[in-house]
Amino acid sequence: MDYRTVLTTCTYCGCGCGLYLEVLEGRVVGTIPCKTSPLNEGKLCVKGWNIHEFVHSPKRLTQPLMRKNGALAPVSWDEALDFTATRLREIRDANGSDSVAFLTSAKVTNEENYLVQKFARAAVGTNNVDHCARL
Amino acid sequence: MIDKIKMEVRQLFDSGKIEGFLGLREFNGHVGPHLFTDGADLEGLVLGDRKAPGDSRYPLNKLLITIARQYPNETFGVLSRGCDERGLKMLFGSNQLDPEKVVSVGIACPQELADACECMKPFPDSYVAGQPAEAREFESVARIDAIGLDERFKSWLGEFAKCVKCYGCRDICPMCYCPECTLGGRNLIDVGSLPPESPVFHLTRALHMAGRCIDCGLCSQACPADIPLRTLYKKMADIVDEEYQFRPGFSDTTKPCLNILGEASKH
Repeated sequence: MDYRTVLTTCTYCGCGCGLYLEVLEGRVVGTIPCKTSPLNEGKLCVKGWNIHEFVHSPKRLTQPLMRKNGALAPVSWDEALDFTATRLREIRDANGSDSVAFLTSAKVTNEENYLVQKFARAAVGTNNVDHCARL
Repeated sequence: MIDKIKMEVRQLFDSGKIEGFLGLREFNGHVGPHLFTDGADLEGLVLGDRKAPGDSRYPLNKLLITIARQYPNETFGVLSRGCDERGLKMLFGSNQLDPEKVVSVGIACPQELADACECMKPFPDSYVAGQPAEAREFESVARIDAIGLDERFKSWLGEFAKCVKCYGCRDICPMCYCPECTLGGRNLIDVGSLPPESPVFHLTRALHMAGRCIDCGLCSQACPADIPLRTLYKKMADIVDEEYQFRPGFSDTTKPCLNILGEASKH
């Protein structure tokens, strides 16, 4: 028998509602709002209630893709990061630091957002940092 | 109280009567549903009374349906308050759970919770722990019934206007087990638009609670807009009782009352 309820945080927006995912035989099958979460107190929005549906979606990206000859092709992380770093440097060197902007996310952790702004300011040299929760 | 429950659950495991116990567990600082599979490890088992009695209740029977379908040969124990037991009776009656495969471990609710719930029977038929509290009348229904019809309708429309259409009332409901829901039917409801059609959306759900709602109140607790859904469904239960002499989980028969053609069919 393998049925577990796993406490986690909704990733759909920056609110961070607490919820339990029902996991049956290794597959996420349901969502239950956490009653003791001080933020949402056992409530969720319609997206949060259905968050279990995207976990096993075949439409999710599972590896880096790069457009080659007009079509997306799977590549290694090393190749993807090398390409991105090279192009970012070329663009910055040719057009200045403020020609680059960083769009980060309310769906990631504080620490990840901290890293993005640190990278933008310290590595690239721009204050152009924004995020998806500027509604 | 919790010690008595743990002892009972352990005995059920030891005697081989159950293979799993669906209860509540305090873990990582939060209370949530948990399937215990070992009678020797009941650490963290709680009754859902964190800061106030019954403040962290969950629709355990609804989760049990999912579990029982996956493991049809196993027998499960489940923590049951009065409302949960009413739910179990109705779920047995509508073939959602097998009475031979479910063992109810009952607790009686304290008076404070019975008062807050306006519960007609705040204890299961048999219970391992707790003292039976006094039943309470539906005062919230009486208060709304005392208002004139026009004013009352206006008040409900005001409540429904707050709806954000999260479907939480349905999703949390231990009695909502239909594989396809009217409220998700594109030919019946404009599913992608806000606000929901009022009052059709809410009254459709209220009608579907007729002869089914066991008055656990989880819908009201799950509503982000604080719509007093429980009061609406209590009123529905009163109407059904008047028309069919049937109250879900109380009456002798646990077959859905709308399947019975009695006096009401003459209306």
